[in-house]
Amino acid sequence: MRQATQRKLLAAAAGAVIAAAAATASAPAFAQAKEQFFPLLPYRTGPYAPNGVPFANGYADYLKLVNARDGGINGVKITFEECETGYATDRGVECYERLKGKGPTGATVFQPLSTGITFALTDKAPGDRIPLVTAGYGRADSVDGTVFKWNFPLGGTYWDAADILVQYVGKKEGGLDKLKGKKIALVYHDSPYGKEPIPLLQLRAKMHGFELMLLPVTHPGVEQKATWLQVRQHRPDYVFLWGWGVMNSTALKEAVATGYPREKMYGVWWSGAEPDVTPAGDGAKGYNALTFLAPPGQGQVHKDILKYVYDKGQGSGKKEDVGEVLYNRGLVSGMMAVEGVKRAQFKYGKKPLKGEEVRWGLENLALDAAAIKKLGFTGFMDPIQTTCVDHQGSHSARIETWDGKKWNVAPEVYESDLQIIKPLIRESAAKYAAEKKIPVRDCAKDAG
Amino acid sequence: MKQHIGIVSVGVLLLAGLVAPLATGAGTPGFYTEVLLGGLMAGVLYSLVALGIVLIFKASGVFNFAQGAMVLFAALSVARMAEAMPLWAAALLGMGIMVLVAIVIERLVLRPLVNQDGVVLLMATLGVSYFMDGFGQTVWGSDIYSIELGIAKEPVMILEGVFQGGILINKDDVAAALVAALLVALLALFFQKTSTGRALRAVADDHQAAQSIGIPLNRIWVIVWSVAGVVALVAGMVWGAKLGVQFSISQVALKALPVVILGGFTSVPGAIIGGLIIGVGEKMAEVFLAPVLVKTFDLAGGGIENWFAYVLALLFLLVRPQGLFGEKLIDRV
Repeated sequence: MRQATQRKLLAAAAGAVIAAAAATASAPAFAQAKEQFFPLLPYRTGPYAPNGVPFANGYADYLKLVNARDGGINGVKITFEECETGYATDRGVECYERLKGKGPTGATVFQPLSTGITFALTDKAPGDRIPLVTAGYGRADSVDGTVFKWNFPLGGTYWDAADILVQYVGKKEGGLDKLKGKKIALVYHDSPYGKEPIPLLQLRAKMHGFELMLLPVTHPGVEQKATWLQVRQHRPDYVFLWGWGVMNSTALKEAVATGYPREKMYGVWWSGAEPDVTPAGDGAKGYNALTFLAPPGQGQVHKDILKYVYDKGQGSGKKEDVGEVLYNRGLVSGMMAVEGVKRAQFKYGKKPLKGEEVRWGLENLALDAAAIKKLGFTGFMDPIQTTCVDHQGSHSARIETWDGKKWNVAPEVYESDLQIIKPLIRESAAKYAAEKKIPVRDCAKDAG
Repeated sequence: MKQHIGIVSVGVLLLAGLVAPLATGAGTPGFYTEVLLGGLMAGVLYSLVALGIVLIFKASGVFNFAQGAMVLFAALSVARMAEAMPLWAAALLGMGIMVLVAIVIERLVLRPLVNQDGVVLLMATLGVSYFMDGFGQTVWGSDIYSIELGIAKEPVMILEGVFQGGILINKDDVAAALVAALLVALLALFFQKTSTGRALRAVADDHQAAQSIGIPLNRIWVIVWSVAGVVALVAGMVWGAKLGVQFSISQVALKALPVVILGGFTSVPGAIIGGLIIGVGEKMAEVFLAPVLVKTFDLAGGGIENWFAYVLALLFLLVRPQGLFGEKLIDRV
């Protein structure tokens, strides 16, 4: 009898220990349950660091702002972790693998800021059910949500950029028909990123009768003598610059060294930030570039960032860099990811969400002028509305010109010609779907 | 004569490649000359890095993979310090830093590995390279910094009466060539006319024999790494003034590899001539050969100058493994 009592007591004690252990174990799990994890893939070192750092700072600062000012996304605290990629595709994939399962619901969304890494992750994201936001970079055909369910090139693709540049120089010449017989040189980073606009430019060249010169620049882009000697030889009417990192400032220096007028040079939006022009000094004066999301400058959101983040000593970079082109682009990219979560919370509830739930939010993003104003981003982006078919949501850009001290953004807004781009997107996406054996979504039935 | 057939064939092939653009009318004489000059100027910059590699290899038998990282580290140091002081003072302080780096490398890396296999030392310098790349950026930052030597960037036109449109040259390229020439002259004087230089050459010829007559190996190694550090500083300043000081310098410095393969690991003139051949070869290939290849074989296209430098080096390696001016190794077995 006594032995039986002892056994019962022992069992009760063991039960209590197990219950206590379970309670202790579930305590942090419960605390974690109100967290939304954002993986960050910056490059703060290496040849592309001058451009990678401000973007990463803007992105991280926005996440910090949402926590500090709003207490998270509808009460769900944001956590994030950086994994340095150095802009290398292999390291980017390694970082993706390391971070994809972190946080109570896994990674929310990946934004690698690298077309090479985007190409690699495009194959992986569907399996892991994590969306990829590639605002202004990545595969141009990934606009097509019927094939690329997990990719979101929000705000712009390289085909939009190339199309708008052709439209712009056509307008300068007095009409697109006046481009006949002209020469346009594409000085591009010899990588998936740099090659992306070529199909669109070749199509436009055929349409309008201009000659397209393709001048590749090998990574990292500091060896451009041969390229610019060819520019000097052929004297193109315009040079489109598709560079990144140190390649941009080197191109401007070589343009000075070969006497090519900077006024005739037009960069894509990744060739139009402060680190691209300041190393070239006065030589960069007159150079033009596209700007789509987030031109330089400060607005309401920056005031909030300075107040809630920098004044508390939590800023990711230097206070004086807040408002630079790439900082702002990181800021807007962070905001769109957060808004994707917010949108998804309408459907799935105000709780930490899985990547596939956030994907729905990104596919149903609707940021009109009022919403943009409420977020403090007026003047820093155009309205965006995504759908199951269109994962881009906006197709506009402006031209900015460097005056030696700052970028001046022209007020005219240019829209890419979707009549030209859409068939290209459909054709390329269909080819991709056939190659990868991806079933094409029927958006009438599958918008979820 | 028979043993020279290989090198003569390569020479003829290169010469044919060199004149082909002119003969086929692919470029006007003026443009051709500009490409040639552009290649020579790029070659001078490669030579400056290759010089550092050759110096260390000559004196210690170590292939210093970290020479590119040393160029970056030196240039970063000067560029950042020049923000707070005159450039000459920053350059002097930079020299001091590079000597300090040499001492640290000798104490922490070379001395513990003395008498180890050459591959072990090569791997050690690979480690030093990664460390210096990362450490340099951690200390000095990873932005693009500038070094202003006060040379105008605008191009100058010459021989306008001879060639239509003239020949375009850049003053900073000419300055780089002069600096390289001056550096080689100084190094030659140092090696030939000073006792330390003679000791360095003795160590280069035979470590053990040099040690047996009382030449302190450790001190010699510090000196030669310091000299290579100063060469790296000069290269870094010239490159930095032209391209801006940023991590990419370290990667472009890898072009010194085909230069030393071609010129020979133990020859200072080899580093210079090798640099010029690589510089001219890659620029000619990029401008004149790449379009022909793309058109003829319907290729996807892309820059070829990066890998063409190695093709050139491999070509020489096949017919002259010790490089153009390197010492032939003969082992008795």
